Amino acid sequence: MITPELVTEHNLSSDEYERILKILGREPNLVELGIFSAMWSEHCSYKSSRVHLKKLPTSGPRVIQGPGENAGIVDIGDGLAAAFKMESHNHPSFIEPYQGAATGVGGILRDIFTMGARPVASLDSLRFGALSAPRMKHLVDGVVRGIAGYGNCMGIPTVAGETTFHPAYNGNILVNVMNVGIVAKDRIFKGRAEGSGNPVVYVGSKTGRDGIHGATMASEEFAGDETKQKKPTVQVGDPFTEKLLLEACLELFETDAVVGIQDMGAAGLTSSAFEMAGRAGSGVELDLSKVPVREAGMSPYEIMLSESQERMLLVARRDRLDRVFEIFRKWDLDAAEIGRVTDSGRVVLFFEGKIVADLPAEPLSAEAPLYDRPRSAPRPLAPPRWPSEPEPPDYGDSLRRILASPNVAEKSWIWTQYDHMVGTNTVERPGGDAALVRVKGTKKALALKSEVNPFFCALDPYRGAGIAVAEAARSIACTGARPLAITDCLNFGNPEKPEVMGQFEAAVRGLSDACRSLEIPVVSGNVSFYNETDGRAIPPTPTVGMVGLLGDVEKRLRVPFRRQGDVIAQLGESRDELGGSEFLRVVRSRDEGPCPELDLEGEKRLIELLLALADGGSLASAHDLSEGGLGVAAAECAMKSGLGAEIRLDSGLRPSSLLFGETTGRALVSFGAEMEGRVREAAGKTGVAFQPIGRVGGERLTFSIGSRTLIDESVASLQALWTSSFAHAMEAADVL
Amino acid sequence: MKFAIVVFPGSNCDADCFHIAKDLLGCEAGYVWHKETDLKGADAVILPGGFAYGDYLRAGALARFSPVMDSVAEFARAGGPVLGICNGFQVLLEAGLLPGAVRPNKTLRYICRDIFMRVESSDTAFTRLYEPGQIVKMPIGHGEGNYTAPPETMEELRRERRVVFRYCDEQGRVNEAGNPNGAAENIAGIANREGNVVGLMPHPDRCSEGLLGNDVGRKMFESVVTALAAR
Repeated sequence: MITPELVTEHNLSSDEYERILKILGREPNLVELGIFSAMWSEHCSYKSSRVHLKKLPTSGPRVIQGPGENAGIVDIGDGLAAAFKMESHNHPSFIEPYQGAATGVGGILRDIFTMGARPVASLDSLRFGALSAPRMKHLVDGVVRGIAGYGNCMGIPTVAGETTFHPAYNGNILVNVMNVGIVAKDRIFKGRAEGSGNPVVYVGSKTGRDGIHGATMASEEFAGDETKQKKPTVQVGDPFTEKLLLEACLELFETDAVVGIQDMGAAGLTSSAFEMAGRAGSGVELDLSKVPVREAGMSPYEIMLSESQERMLLVARRDRLDRVFEIFRKWDLDAAEIGRVTDSGRVVLFFEGKIVADLPAEPLSAEAPLYDRPRSAPRPLAPPRWPSEPEPPDYGDSLRRILASPNVAEKSWIWTQYDHMVGTNTVERPGGDAALVRVKGTKKALALKSEVNPFFCALDPYRGAGIAVAEAARSIACTGARPLAITDCLNFGNPEKPEVMGQFEAAVRGLSDACRSLEIPVVSGNVSFYNETDGRAIPPTPTVGMVGLLGDVEKRLRVPFRRQGDVIAQLGESRDELGGSEFLRVVRSRDEGPCPELDLEGEKRLIELLLALADGGSLASAHDLSEGGLGVAAAECAMKSGLGAEIRLDSGLRPSSLLFGETTGRALVSFGAEMEGRVREAAGKTGVAFQPIGRVGGERLTFSIGSRTLIDESVASLQALWTSSFAHAMEAADVL
Repeated sequence: MKFAIVVFPGSNCDADCFHIAKDLLGCEAGYVWHKETDLKGADAVILPGGFAYGDYLRAGALARFSPVMDSVAEFARAGGPVLGICNGFQVLLEAGLLPGAVRPNKTLRYICRDIFMRVESSDTAFTRLYEPGQIVKMPIGHGEGNYTAPPETMEELRRERRVVFRYCDEQGRVNEAGNPNGAAENIAGIANREGNVVGLMPHPDRCSEGLLGNDVGRKMFESVVTALAAR
């Protein structure tokens, strides 16, 4: 007997329950209600986001697989393709940072290798609250250890990422993890249950009682002290088992035994069974008594909703089933035939000889609720005060404070805990503009970057989301690689609030316009709503994970200055834009706008220029201008090389905007004096502003306007400050 | 010249070592699954890095019981060259093919970065192409690399000149600042008495080609190729 209380407990509205009654033509039993609850959770059904996500551009000449599968896939030539996706594990990581982050890595890795790809690199995009907030250092420490613990053991290098701190994330941290794999174009596997009579095989870890209703949890806000009460819904990861599962699956894919395969992620056996049958238009029958379980007495309800990690569901060819068992035996993993594919269009579950659920496969996903939720325009922001304020008395002091801030300071404290070299493909290690991972057996490398500036998105979600795409593309172009495609991970508050839904719609439109303009399709993604605690939502945070392709790895560009005497030039023009800048936050202690402008045509021209210059071998270094503006970018080129620079600016702009403004569409390059004509000419041809602004040399970094020196700092002392500040901040206080 | 690369469940640098042997050095190379006992006529054996058995219980503690380890021990006793890198070194320690043990790093964190070390002995199967006293930069990637041994073993290692590498600073000074994990006497790698079994925590496999910014590690693999060619 399903009571209204039971329906509410399952996070289903009364309208949604009515819809269930209509689909079934009868009352569901408890197992069936649990299945509907999981499949129709925001996390699994995208019920609030689908109407908007449809607007994203998802096709292009290189797209082999767009959204809707376990991961997106793009062609990289040589018969190879890159499979990639980013996912959030925000809620579990806030409750239990180590396991939350670790299982986030485990989940995204399965999404990649389930498609037949060998994962080659991970990225992590992290947002934390102020380091001084309660539990925050514990959360930072736990998340980093969790990502390291899982990724290192798996032997997948974590090569890039970004970490931002702001009090707006005090109650909801964000842990977004991306993985990229490489697959032979003709050996891609999909999550489809095809071929009536084929066996359905369960492989990997045994099913336990952990993580039951994890997907539902990810679809609710936190209130009060819930982080403690919810602990049992966080799963526990076992990277060793996943490593075995990875190798066993890849070995199995070399055979012709697999028809379809899908990982058991959110909503476990439920979502894998229903999605595999739904995609193929088939049905499945499963005997839940045959599912390997960790403890006796587990009910069908628990077996269907468990989110135990490191499990896969596959459909094998009936005549090759022995080979499947043989390979899993070799790797000492559980494998059990738990059912078969049918053509009934239904998912029928048996337990101890009785039918415990009998549901139509496709309607559960196809007829899931779809909401075009009410939206409201953002509240108007107070006019900024910075335009009328006096300049800081000491620009050198401003630069030092920005370099020492947790957002800008070098994060080797984080990435030295990640194995970023295993696989021996990491050509450009963490800390550059984008990581470069060479593709063995070819001359190519993948350029990888995750990006979003949540401060811009808070000011203007439309433009902020567009800037995330543009900035990631620019970073990738600064390595000499051409941007190919993105995966997105959209982190927002409660979609039932019109203001949040307004932000979401604007951000998706921003991504969409930028992706169309730059011809970078979206091939996979994830939405994380309900990032709210006690009614306070996070800033809109649409994280972009971008993959680029460098045709000849020998032509790669790097951030550090290379030679004394090289000319330094800025590509693109600076404007009087301090809104949303790190300068305002750190030096003026203020979050003010407006969000910088975004000129997508200009971005496109800059990217083409950078690619042409890299390909022609004209440049000695290239660095994207972003957080901290020209001042920080030039300092990074200097600190990473140990070479100084003398920069002379000629502009009527206020010096703080020139030095620290975060105007988009700019890059800092250096080149031998003999190349100046070529670079100038190329810039002229593409219509990008070209300004030579100085020379590499000496041991100091100086900026001046006319005869006035603005900054004069020793590179060594800036470097010491930049590289030690974050570790000091983390180690200064008791982490636990 | 044929390399055997042992694969334990959880090894994850096996393919990296294979790439060096086969693609960079042009040697023959083959994987040997840990349940096998046949080294298939290999001239040298590599125990690669990774997390054999997930490093559960203790790094290398379970891997030593794998069937292949009896064959590796026999191969080593007969004078065959055996190189243990990182987790492979830990397995050699647990299997008793090299003395001592490693504890968790003094920082209690996993560390992945470049370190410097001084070549203490070029009198082993894997270091003969280095100059004694040479300073080399190599990456490390481990959570448990803090080498320790009883005083009598330390004395023996010193006396028999079996310390192969010591952590040092960029200038080659063997000091606390250059010691990333707290290893006793800055020990990064050691050899057996005969010099045919070598284990080290740093990763020569991660610095064996110019594209990765450093190829100093390649000499370890070339050393054994040269030695066997001369034999």
